[in-house]
Amino acid sequence: MVTFPGSNCDYDCYHVVQDVVRQPAVYLWHKEHHFDNCDVIILPGGFAHGDYLRTGAIARFSPIMREVVDFAMRGGLVIGICNGFQILCEAGLLPGALLRNRSLRFLHRPVYLRVEKNDTPFTNAYRKDQVLKMLAAHGDGCYYNTPEEIKKLEAGGQVLFRYCDREGNVTEAANPNGSLNNIAGIVNSSGNVMGLMPHPDRAAEAILGSADGAGIFFSMVARFAGLVVA
Amino acid sequence: MKEPEVNIALAKKLGLTEEEYQKIQGFLGRMPTYTELGIYAVMWSEHCSYKNSIALLKTLPREGSALVAKAGEENAGAVVLDEERVIVFKIESHNHPSAVEPYQGAATGVGGILRDVFTMGARPIAALNSLRFGNLGDPRVRYLLDGVVRGISDYGNSFGVPTVAGEVYFEDCYTGNPLVNAMAVGLAKRGRLVRAIATGVGNPVFIVGSSTGRDGIHGASFASKEITDESEEDRPSVQIGDPFTEKLLLEASLEIIKKDLIVGMQDMGAAGLTCSTSEMAAKGKAGIEIDLDKVPLREKGMTPYEIMLSESQERMLVIGKKGREVEIREVFEKWDLNCVQIGEVTDTGRVVVKFLGRVAADIPAESLVLGGGAPVYNPPRKKPTYLENGVKSVKTPDPPKDLGKVLLDLLASPNIASKRWVFQQYDSTVRTNTVFGPGYDAALLRIRGSKKGIAVKTDCNARYCYLDPRRGAAIAVCEAARNVVAVGAKPMAITNCLNFGNPGDPEVYWTFAEAIAGMGEACRALETPVTGGNVSFYNEDPTRMVYPTPVIGMLGILDDIDKATSSHFQTEGNWVYLVGETKPETGGSEYMKVLTGQVAGVVPTLDLKTEKKIQAFVLNQISAGIMESCHDVSDGGLGVALAEMCIGNQERKFGFALEAKPTLRPDLFLFSESQSRFVVEIKPQLTYKLEEAVKKENIPLLKLGTVGGTEFMFSPHFHLSIEEFSNAYFNSIETKIG
Repeated sequence: MVTFPGSNCDYDCYHVVQDVVRQPAVYLWHKEHHFDNCDVIILPGGFAHGDYLRTGAIARFSPIMREVVDFAMRGGLVIGICNGFQILCEAGLLPGALLRNRSLRFLHRPVYLRVEKNDTPFTNAYRKDQVLKMLAAHGDGCYYNTPEEIKKLEAGGQVLFRYCDREGNVTEAANPNGSLNNIAGIVNSSGNVMGLMPHPDRAAEAILGSADGAGIFFSMVARFAGLVVA
Repeated sequence: MKEPEVNIALAKKLGLTEEEYQKIQGFLGRMPTYTELGIYAVMWSEHCSYKNSIALLKTLPREGSALVAKAGEENAGAVVLDEERVIVFKIESHNHPSAVEPYQGAATGVGGILRDVFTMGARPIAALNSLRFGNLGDPRVRYLLDGVVRGISDYGNSFGVPTVAGEVYFEDCYTGNPLVNAMAVGLAKRGRLVRAIATGVGNPVFIVGSSTGRDGIHGASFASKEITDESEEDRPSVQIGDPFTEKLLLEASLEIIKKDLIVGMQDMGAAGLTCSTSEMAAKGKAGIEIDLDKVPLREKGMTPYEIMLSESQERMLVIGKKGREVEIREVFEKWDLNCVQIGEVTDTGRVVVKFLGRVAADIPAESLVLGGGAPVYNPPRKKPTYLENGVKSVKTPDPPKDLGKVLLDLLASPNIASKRWVFQQYDSTVRTNTVFGPGYDAALLRIRGSKKGIAVKTDCNARYCYLDPRRGAAIAVCEAARNVVAVGAKPMAITNCLNFGNPGDPEVYWTFAEAIAGMGEACRALETPVTGGNVSFYNEDPTRMVYPTPVIGMLGILDDIDKATSSHFQTEGNWVYLVGETKPETGGSEYMKVLTGQVAGVVPTLDLKTEKKIQAFVLNQISAGIMESCHDVSDGGLGVALAEMCIGNQERKFGFALEAKPTLRPDLFLFSESQSRFVVEIKPQLTYKLEEAVKKENIPLLKLGTVGGTEFMFSPHFHLSIEEFSNAYFNSIETKIG
């Protein structure tokens, strides 16, 4: 769990990994350079460095990001949630950008996501086309890229999650922020870096209204336990 | 810069009276300097001294076995949660700043109340608010609403505290002077609460956080006068918020507390450095000497007067332990925050302020503060003429022909309609403890590491308070308690935010005194003491004053979070009952307002014994595990309560067949706002338990009908499709805002 100044979901991700998924978790301060024992790096949600400029634009220069990039280049699993997704885009680890929501307002509400692909280290606990309930909480969540790049993403099977309705229909009405092709989560072309706009960390326990998000964390555990090939 | 000459004219300009000016000279034994006069003016302003309210506030019940900190003693009240932990909570107004600069006004209101909580060593776990505006048809009102909501949203979201509950009302009396009350709730270790105190001669005094600028000078004085056409010129008195710095300040503050490096800490809110130094010194029966040349400044050429009165945000005054200075600095360095020693604690009992080598102020700390030298007034009271002139005698409206249409109108009334447009802009789930967020009777948070949960809610029906301040305030307490009970929690204590007009007006002061009396009666009856809060007077614009609006922030504790009860229907086929008695009471109701445009009549009766008995009964049944859902009956009466239970959960809406045969006129049965009532949903096979229990305790119970179908049906009066009344309820505010 990387803690940037202004991160505020580091605690939530830590809780899910430690108490729900029951795997050892550590906080990494953004000025650190060493995380030799980590299998997965999570960039949590929040407002890193205040996000007074473009979201994630300063965080990508945080000292730890150099190591995060190296780690990803070596094939390590990296996942960015919400603000973490924005930072991964700014750092060039994921293609595209996250623009201001279509409504130009911060939006907090439950959203449904359709699993587009389940042979990845992040989604192997789900069925393809499974509908998941998670929480959206963002001001800049509109996924954007050039038409050519979008085509490439789609062709390469890099879109992992799409906004949909409760029945799994991908509709304009189910798109909370104007994201192109209803894209909610993507993976890089090598398949080891994922960004997701809604919060699986807030939807990992039934008492909070949904436990669907825990599957992402369990997927990664399964992959390290050698239970799946992906 | 040459300082102005100190004389009575200047004193008056700063808001002091002639007597107060004399009193200052008495305390000092000489003429005050310009800086000293400014310090007295701001410390003796209504906002800091509570000079017109403290005598009455002291009549409120302020003790209870569960309370750790007594009202007014610390920055916020504290209630015992379990053996290891306490809940710290407080509500505060930011009305005047929000009236001229809604975005920053509301944002810094949130920032200020969060600091009040974490300065005590508690990590904020929830934020709430209570907002009041004029009519949504007025474009300036929409501008104010938009700015206030964005301000709360941006500050709370970025800081990382979930905004879990609140209320929003629209009434013409708030057109020029909206009410923006912000509440924060925090969790702290029981033995680790930090006090706002300066003790230990030689202990270092640090200023930490943001640097000091010219923003917010006279903010406290600005809050202590009415809104006028010239108020726009006070825009510079509004502070600017920086939630990112606040978040860093939170982490650094909690770190120095955890490492046991300090003896006391106070946030710099109203009156900034002035208030924090004098209050901390007075409380510790000590003195503080500071050197303003050391204060990190944002701009050049600031005078001692400006530095002492600046209300720049995200700053704290920290009294460190001698010998731990280096460790304290290291913590703030890690978080990239200023941390500068500007002085030390002395034994003189005086606040001494040095600037460029000379003494700019030298004042006995005690003489400045509430409970010390600050004046205490008992303004005259007179029953308002509007109450003498029969606002109470109003005819009950004739029964309308189409009750279904009236219900739709009520559901679409902005005061009742869903506030989804507002609360979707708030992050209500960060920190992953929110079990119930906005849209429930009260917000409910789990407390990790225990079975317990806490329920919180803000409430006030200001129309009742306008028509009958005493009963209205008592109802506000009871309704807040009812909301907390409905989710399954036991009401524990309140914080209050008392929004009134000019206390110099005897009619206003009468309503204030009555409201305090009513609040005290209800708090005593329900055993929910007052842990603290805030008074905001001078809430008026040139044409009108606001309704007396004593907002209650209630804290409840739930021993077993698994017993949490939803406010929305759960299962088709379940039976629904009304607990409590319905009388023909439409005075001050939303029904009366929607039908006749009037705010008039006799406020619904309230019997505190009955209220307490019914709350205890409902809580017992929830603990016994027989309730599937539970909702209090308030604005809009039974009809609205049932509709809300049908559609409150947007993902699972239900129809309902209202089969009861009322003895009252059907419109009064549906829309009366009689107090002390709950609607409850029970599995058919368990209803006998409820029916037995009410007999034993002699509590009125009426079977209303069955959950299910695709309509809200009350034959022969109406059949409303779920879609129809759902649209009225959910789309009304969005449509009006456009």
